[in-house]
Parts: sequence; C-alpha cells; structure tokens
Amino acid sequence: MTDLISMVVAKYNYWIYITLMMIGLYAMIAKNNLVKKIVGMNIFQTAIILFYVSIGVKKGATIPILEHGHGPNAHHVVHAVDYINPLPHVLMLTAIVVGVATLGVALALAIRIYNNYNTLEEDEILAQVREK
Amino acid sequence: MSEQYPALLVIVPLLSALVVSVAGWVNKRWCFPIAVAALSVSAWSSVGLLFRVLNEGVIVYKLGGWSPPMGIAYYIDYLNGLVLPVVSIVALLNLISSKRTVEQQFPDKTGPFYTLYVLMVTGLLGIVVTGDAFNLYVLLEIASLTGYGLLAMGEERAPLATLNYLYMGTIGACFYLLGIGYLYIVTGSLNMVDIARLLPPLYQSKAVLAAFIICMVGVWLKMAFFPLHAWLPNAYTFANSASSSLIAPLVTKVMVYVMIRLMLTIFTPKFVFNTLAVHDAVVWLAVIAIAMGAVLALKERNLKKMLTYIVVAEVGYMVGGAWLGNRAGLTGAVLHIVNDALMTLCVFLVVGNIVYKIKGYAFGDLKGLFAKMPFTMGAFVIGALSIIGVPPTCGFFSKWYLILGAIQAHQYGFMVALLFSSLINVVLFFRVFEIGFYEPFSDHEGHEHHPAVMAEAPLTMLVPLYVVAISLILVGLYTGDIVNHIVQFVIPKGFM
Amino acid sequence: MKIIGLIITVVTGALLIYAAADFPAWSDPASPASTYLSPHFIEKTMEETSVPNIVTAVLADYRGFDTMFETTVIFSAGVVCFFLLRISRREEEEPETRYYRHVLTGVTIQLKEGYKMPPSADFERIDAVWTPPDLIIKTGCRILIPFVQLFALYVIAHGHHSPGGGFQGGVILGASVILLAISHDLRTAVRRMSEKLIGILCAVGVFIYAGTGALCLLLKQNFLDYSALAGVLHVDPITARSHGILIVEIGVGIAVLATMIWIYNNISSAGRYRQGL
Repeated sequence: MTDLISMVVAKYNYWIYITLMMIGLYAMIAKNNLVKKIVGMNIFQTAIILFYVSIGVKKGATIPILEHGHGPNAHHVVHAVDYINPLPHVLMLTAIVVGVATLGVALALAIRIYNNYNTLEEDEILAQVREK
Repeated sequence: MSEQYPALLVIVPLLSALVVSVAGWVNKRWCFPIAVAALSVSAWSSVGLLFRVLNEGVIVYKLGGWSPPMGIAYYIDYLNGLVLPVVSIVALLNLISSKRTVEQQFPDKTGPFYTLYVLMVTGLLGIVVTGDAFNLYVLLEIASLTGYGLLAMGEERAPLATLNYLYMGTIGACFYLLGIGYLYIVTGSLNMVDIARLLPPLYQSKAVLAAFIICMVGVWLKMAFFPLHAWLPNAYTFANSASSSLIAPLVTKVMVYVMIRLMLTIFTPKFVFNTLAVHDAVVWLAVIAIAMGAVLALKERNLKKMLTYIVVAEVGYMVGGAWLGNRAGLTGAVLHIVNDALMTLCVFLVVGNIVYKIKGYAFGDLKGLFAKMPFTMGAFVIGALSIIGVPPTCGFFSKWYLILGAIQAHQYGFMVALLFSSLINVVLFFRVFEIGFYEPFSDHEGHEHHPAVMAEAPLTMLVPLYVVAISLILVGLYTGDIVNHIVQFVIPKGFM
Repeated sequence: MKIIGLIITVVTGALLIYAAADFPAWSDPASPASTYLSPHFIEKTMEETSVPNIVTAVLADYRGFDTMFETTVIFSAGVVCFFLLRISRREEEEPETRYYRHVLTGVTIQLKEGYKMPPSADFERIDAVWTPPDLIIKTGCRILIPFVQLFALYVIAHGHHSPGGGFQGGVILGASVILLAISHDLRTAVRRMSEKLIGILCAVGVFIYAGTGALCLLLKQNFLDYSALAGVLHVDPITARSHGILIVEIGVGIAVLATMIWIYNNISSAGRYRQGL
C-alpha cells in the first residue's frame, strides 16, 4: 500500500497529463459539436505539452538561463545539476506553435462548414448531407 | 555541390514556396514556373542522392554543423534513397499536369495554391530524409496542415471531410509525438540511430512497449490502415483533383515509409519480431484491411471514391508485407511503396483529366469515354492493369514478392487476401471499362446515341500522364535491377 | 459514439498508466533525460554559442532546423486560412446599405444603395452588425498599443539573456495590432497594415530564417551553420553563432507578427474584410 501511495505521489504530473489527455480524446470522439471537438483537440495537445515539460524538471535546479554569462563577473564553470533540462522546453515551443497553427486551420474549416450548412452540430449536418 | 544535395532537396522548395507566395501578390503568372523549377531541383537532387548512396553507402548530413545526437542530422540510406526520387518526381509530374485544373478551379488563388503545394512537398521530402525523430514530427505537421488546406478546397462536402481528417490526423501526429516522448524519457535522445543504440537494454521496459504501440497507432491513423481509415475516402473524393492526385499517391506511402523506418531503424527488427512477437496479429489486421477495402470499393458507384477504397486496400498490402518479417515480404512492401505511388498517381491523373473535361466522376458520367477521351482512357487501362497486377506492369512484381513472402511465412490468409483483392480489382476496373466502352455517350440533356466527339484533355495534362503510364511498365521491366541494387540492402541482417 | 469514445479513452488511458509505472520518478536529477544530452547543452552552450539563455541557443542553433520548420508551420497556417476563407476582392461586393455615425453627437444615419457619403471628418463609417465600442476603450487601447509594441521589441531583442525570443515577441506585436482591430474595427486595422503587406511580410520573415541558413551554405559550410557568417560579420565564429541566432529570431518575429494578424483577419471576418469585426 505504501509503495502504491509513494508511486502515485512520485509521479503525480504524469497522472494529471494522462487524465487531461483522456478528457481531450473523449471530447474529440464523443462530442457532437464541431467546435467542442476542436476544444477537445486543444486539451489533448496541451496535455502532451504538460508531459514533455514534466520530463524537464529537476529537483533543486533553476531555469536554464546562465547568470553572469557575459561581462567582468562571467564565470564559465557551470554545473548541469543546477539547471533544468532545456531540451523539452525547446521541443514544446515547437508543439505550441503547431497547436496554434492547427487551431487556426480547424477554425477556418469550421467557418467554411458553417457557411455551407448553417450549423455546427455534426448530426444536423449529416442529416442535411443525406437529404441531398 | 553534390555534398549539399541533402540540404538542397528540402531547402530549395522551401525558399521557392516563399518566393511563390510573394509572387502571388505581385504577378500570378510567375508562381507556376517558380514552383516547377523548385521541384525540378528537388527531383534532380534526389536522383543525385540515390546515385551517391549507390556508390558510397549511407550519407550523413549535419545540419548547422552540429554532430548528432546534439544537433539534427539527415541520414540517407538505401530505403529513403529509393523513396525520395519517387516523392519528388510524382510531385513534379502532378504539378505540371495540374496547371490547367488549378487555373480552371481557383483563378484568383493560384498563388496560395502553389505555395501550399510546394510546402507540402517540402514536408513530405523532409519526413523521408530526416534522421531525427522529433524533426519528423514537425515536418509531418507541415505536410498535414498544407494537406488540409489543399483538400478542403473542393466540393461542398470537402470542408467537413477535411475537418474529420484534421481531427484524426492530429490524434495520429500527437500519438507519434507522445511515443517519441516516451522514448526520450527512457533514453534521453531524439536521434533515430542513437535511440536504436540505447534501446536494447530497455527492451523489457513497459515504457518502450507503450512507445511502440502509440507510435504505431499514430502512424496507422495517418496512413488510413483499416479500421482507422474512415477519414480517407471522403477527404480524397471531395477534394479538387489537383490536390487529390498529389495527396492520394504520396501521403499514405510516406507514412508506410515512416512505419518501416520505425520498425527497422528505431525499434530494430529484433524488438519488433522477437521481443514483441505480435506480427501475426498485425498481418491478420492487414488481411481484414485488404478484404474490407476491396469490398467497400465494390459498393461504390463513383470512380474517384472507388479508387480511394483501393488506396485503403493497398495500405493493407504494404503493412502486411512489412510485418511478414521475412526478406520477400519486406522487399514486396518497399517495392510496393514505389509502384503504388506511381499507379495511384496514374489513375488519379486520369480522374483529373476526366473532371477537367466532363466535370463529373460518377459511373454515369463515364459513358462513351473511350471514344471521347481515347488517350486518357488508354493510360487508365495501363494504370488499372498495374493495380490488378498483370505483367509486365510493375504492380505484378511487388504483388509477386508479397505472395512469396506470405507463403514463406506460412501466412496463407494474407496470400488469399492478396488474390481475392486482385480478383475484385479485375471486377472493379472491367466494370469501368464496360461503361466507358460500350455504353453510348449521352450529354446532359439526355440525348442518347449522340455521336461521340473526341474532346481530349490538353497536351500539358496528357504528357505527364503518359510519362507515368510508361514508367509503370519500365519499373516493371527493371524490377530485378531495383531489387538487386537497392531494395536488398534495405533489409537488415538476420532477416531470412 | 459515446460508448465507443469511452471504451477507446479507457483503453488508451490504461495503456498510458501502465507504461508510466516504468518512468523514472518525477524531477529525478538522475533520469536518463537529465543525464544524457542536457548536461552537454547546459555546460557547453556558453563556450560554443556565447548565448546565456540555453533554451534560445538550443532552439535557434543546435535544433535550429526544427525551429525553421516551426516558423514554416505557422506560415502555412496563415496561407491555409487565407486560401480557405478569403473572398476575392472582385466578388466581395459592398454592402447595400451603409451606416455612418456623427462622431460628436452619436447620431447614426443610414445610406441606401447608390448614395455616397461626401468625405467628412465629422462622420465615421460603422458596420451593421457591430457597433464600435466607446471612446474610453478606443483611447485606452490607443495609449496602450505603443507600449505593448515596445515591450515586444524588448522581448525579441533580449531573447539571448532572458526568457523571450522571436515567437513570444512576434505574438505580442501581432496582439497589439489585433487589439487595434478589436477596439476599433477591422477596416481600421487593415488600413494600417494592408493585406498585401501582411502576406509579403509572412514570407519575408521565414525567408530571413531560411535565407540565413542558405547563406551559410553559399559560404561553404553546412546549412544553418552560423559560424560561416564570421567572415561577413567580422567577428569570431562563436560570436557569429550568437549574432546568427539574433538574425533568425528577428525573422521569426516578423513571420509570427504577420501571420497572427493574417489568421485573425481572415477568421474574424470569415474572409470579408469590408464588413468584419
């Protein structure tokens, strides 16, 4: 029991990311409204960002910007344990941008669909398609 | 200059896409020539790269001058050396052929269309050439986003079909990204070769197992492997013909390449076939994919949609072949990437020509088409024979290797599925031939027995079509050389 | 669909939870991710690129190729939104009835088709569906916008030493113009930055990035190897890397600025600039 609790506590970031991701996935599959699906998609992508950023965390370390990098007080002996892992942050900057871009395209498509059918409910659109 | 080919391959189309975009605002007539020039440079570089690989073996190109695993590197070996020319040449031929269609369909938006087109090709080439797992994700998103834009411009139902594709594609790409994250958390690396080096002690780890499953599901979503195919038929059918004839031949095939790359380079066959040992189950999935693709195609009364279901079935061929886990099966799968890209291009170009002239692609519109567009339909016959698998077209040879692999692996279900789908393809295409050949042409007022006037597509559309059709036969005739000089080096050591 | 969704979600979640059991503990300094590549980045960035902000150095130099395509992703999103939504200028007709408001009194007049308003500073054009907000909001935003833009320039320029860089600065710059569009109307914003200018700026921004890389190629180094710029910039190769990063960050800033506005313009007005929000 104590093992289980310590495992749950030691990795709580990962449990949160899984929960968020499943909320997003469920919304994308089960929701009827196209914009709600887009919202679900965003939650889904954000969960992955949380996962990656969690990888980068290091106990007792600070943000990866060196103090006194230049100038008279510059000291070049840097210890890796003092700074958190910069790579996941770099990767997630990319993922954020991809998320924004996908969101923009998805909204543009939703507007086109709304212009065609005057609704964003998927079942109503499909009913209109079947009628034609 | 030849040592810079790997960079030129991707950079020239990228820079030209930006120039095309600006030209779209200044003078629209410059867009097309710039795009053609850019893709020609890409095609030239990719062929040059293939010859360099043949002479020198694996090429590593360090971007930014940083050695991998610190920086990003390109690895060009026999596998992507073979796929790169296919991607760039297919894209170039389709670009030339689509000039008229684009001017007909969006006269005001040729600038953005060519920008997206060239960017999409950049993305696809980048996916194939890169040696960095995360870089692949970024390029995948470029190819997908531009693909959504291209596909959504079409009939009334195109935006909805594309939005569904966008949901599925985003889940697929995110799963891939998550899988790479799992690999990163256990190995600390993003470089494919480096991950493969660090993985063997971790083969029993649950995280690696999950990474493999998630990556595979993500890639299968993107390539429309049954039962994850639902987005594909509508998205490809309702799109404009210039886009669908770029995307249908290339996207699924590039994703199959990514799957093979994941299996062979990142996770290595030892993990996939020995530690995991689920390949029988996947081959059975492929059997179902082929069978369902064929049956669903049989149901359609619409040429373009029928072809999209054939694409779904062909994905089953390649996935099954790759998962057979023997030399012949993998040879067939790799060869089929090349052949299927060319065959699909051929038949979709035909559809493009028909749509350009007749403005429809339902079976009813095809009446009397052999008299009306004899050259287009001639190429269609060659493409159809290749998809059915009649020698000496190339489709026969890859199917031959696949069946050989199925027999060697004792996967008779897969063999039966291949034969069954070939049989269905015979029915599918001869039905189309029958309508096109025997049923008289009727115009839209319904005057039957109207003497068919020849109204062939313009030369700029016919020449690329015939280049593809002839290449189908040439690739078929030179299959032996391709296998002996290129494909056999793709197969890792220890494969039977 | 709900049941299928639930099943898929539960199965996927179970797989992920199962796999998470084998992860190294959260924030463990001895995890593979923290001990394999990152120590090199943390300890060597300063001597190899002369940039104290390690994230910036990794973003724009070690993995600069990713970032170039990241900029391309946002550029393609802008082009896609334009391609899908924009209604061509020829087809976009002027609305039949136009509304004008007397600035001082707030009296609104309606002009039927065919009638034109003589140019006058006393009246301003308003949309039928959207009444511009009041004086306080307009004036407040007009005062705010220059400071927002100044801060954005700081964020771009100071990306080497503090959190920030091209993306963040570009987004803030774009937001300042979007703020103008929200507080006034789309026509005002488009008058300040025309559609053509935005479209060209997007491409120019990405071109600065990719062009810098291509320049390194012409100077006989690999693509994006900024140390090749040492001869052009008259500095040592390591400082050249630092300067190269600044150049590409400026390119990123321009591209993101223009694309954000472009996406906003097209989505908010559904492609009809003359009647948009």
